[in-house]
Amino acid sequence: MTWLAPAIQDLLIEALWQTLAMVGASAAIAAILGLPIALLLHVTSPEGLTPKPWLNRPVGLLVNAARSTPFIILMVAIVPFTRLVAGTSIGTGAAIVPLALAATAFLARLFENALREVDKGVIEAARAMGATRLQIVWKVLVPEALPGLVAATTVSLVSLVGFSAMAGAVGGGGLGDLGIRFGYQRFMPEVMATVVVILILLVQGLQSLGDWLTRRLSHR
Amino acid sequence: MDRHTPLPAAIALSGLRKRFAAGGTLALDDVTLSVAPGEIFGIVGRSGAGKSTLIRCVNLLERPDAGAVQVLGQDMLALDEAALRAARRRIGMVFQHFNLHTRRTVAENVAFPLEIAGIPRAAQREKLARILPLVGLEAKRDAYPAQLSGGQKQRVGIARALASDPEILLCDEATSALDPETTQEILALIRDLRGRLDLTVLLITHEMGVVKAICDRVAVMEAGRVIEHGRVFEVFTQPAHPTTRRFVAEVIGHSVPPSTLARLPAPRAGEVRRLVQVVFAGPASTRAVVSEASRDFGIDINIVSGRVDEIAGEPFGVMALAAYGAPERLEAAFAWMRSLGLTLTEIEP
Repeated sequence: MTWLAPAIQDLLIEALWQTLAMVGASAAIAAILGLPIALLLHVTSPEGLTPKPWLNRPVGLLVNAARSTPFIILMVAIVPFTRLVAGTSIGTGAAIVPLALAATAFLARLFENALREVDKGVIEAARAMGATRLQIVWKVLVPEALPGLVAATTVSLVSLVGFSAMAGAVGGGGLGDLGIRFGYQRFMPEVMATVVVILILLVQGLQSLGDWLTRRLSHR
Repeated sequence: MDRHTPLPAAIALSGLRKRFAAGGTLALDDVTLSVAPGEIFGIVGRSGAGKSTLIRCVNLLERPDAGAVQVLGQDMLALDEAALRAARRRIGMVFQHFNLHTRRTVAENVAFPLEIAGIPRAAQREKLARILPLVGLEAKRDAYPAQLSGGQKQRVGIARALASDPEILLCDEATSALDPETTQEILALIRDLRGRLDLTVLLITHEMGVVKAICDRVAVMEAGRVIEHGRVFEVFTQPAHPTTRRFVAEVIGHSVPPSTLARLPAPRAGEVRRLVQVVFAGPASTRAVVSEASRDFGIDINIVSGRVDEIAGEPFGVMALAAYGAPERLEAAFAWMRSLGLTLTEIEP
């Protein structure tokens, strides 16, 4: 990266770490929170193991509300909540809160779709064999959906890389923020180009890794 | 119906009713059936006849709206969830589309019912070592379902259904996704396992050939009702209901090919030609029916085709006859044949 001044190089490396931290942490939180929500939505749906419309509808509505709010607005709207959780509303740590929230809603839907893809026949077979509902969820539904769950996580990681670029609005840093501040506002096209190339490589890498893992897990 | 079975029925269904959508048609409309221990009982019907719902009522994958379900002496509808799960372990089930776990190997699929029953690993392995050879799958134990043929997948399905030592095996269109040769293999396997493991088998199918190949008794369903039932031999040789006749015709009937029909001589003036299929079974099969009819009623009979078949070792003959003569004489001759216990069905040209 000799075309960049050493000071910019350091900034770039710092920004890369910030992006990785924001994407990694929020994806991890989203996966941990998203799976139970997706399972809840799936099993309480009309065709689910225990249909419960009174629970399914409000949760579904909440997920949709979070998903339909533009990220930049969501980020600002939940500042009080962010302050409560992160202790501050500024910085990389604070940016993780809205990112994780948006990703949780996004991933919950994608996970739900992956669960819905599981062959109903396998579930029926498990019921016929005397499996409990809990066994059906953990020994049939989740294992059978695993390749789909991994593919969904890949999609959300890629989206998070995009969302994280907006985190500059709350001082979250990261590659997107660097690109805007130096590449755009200070007219340094070489910085902008480098940021874009790194982002492309990052997304490609994540996608390839996700695809490889999905293939490995699937035995179709 | 069960006059020869002093044992209590393995499966007794009575007065079953089921309607899926309010105001919709009845999937089951007052169905009463009983399956004796050790027999292979077939339920045949077109899709939508209600047979799939019926077989699901046995292990309560579907709950009937009304009626009683007794399996191995237990009133299934009175069981709580835990007792129902225990009862289901005594009822194996095999499915049309196999319903195997795609991410489990053959051995892991077969071990699944043992795993959920909390059986220790060592005992599971022992069980697998006994059950996999029964279905001829030892060599494939570490393969994934996607690497198997349809017949092999169904063998896995059967092994899995038998892993928990059930007394009853339910087969839901178990051979409908298989080619004819594989179908025969799987049917032979089911028949063989019935004998070895003292199983009672209830199967549903839309193929009369399956019933002919392995069933002892059969029930024919249409629009949620059992329209006819009895020993397979009797239902095949003396079908009473028109739907049953159509089913039977698929297997033993032969409509005469149009080219053959075109070559049959036309009736003379004042005479008519009628084409009938005659099924001979029982004592009348040894009488010279055709020549007697021809002589005594003054009609001409042309044997278009004929063959001998058997069901469960009992022989019967099927013939296609073209009869010529005055209408009332033909009618009288057919009535006489029927009085001998032969089954006559008009063949629509």
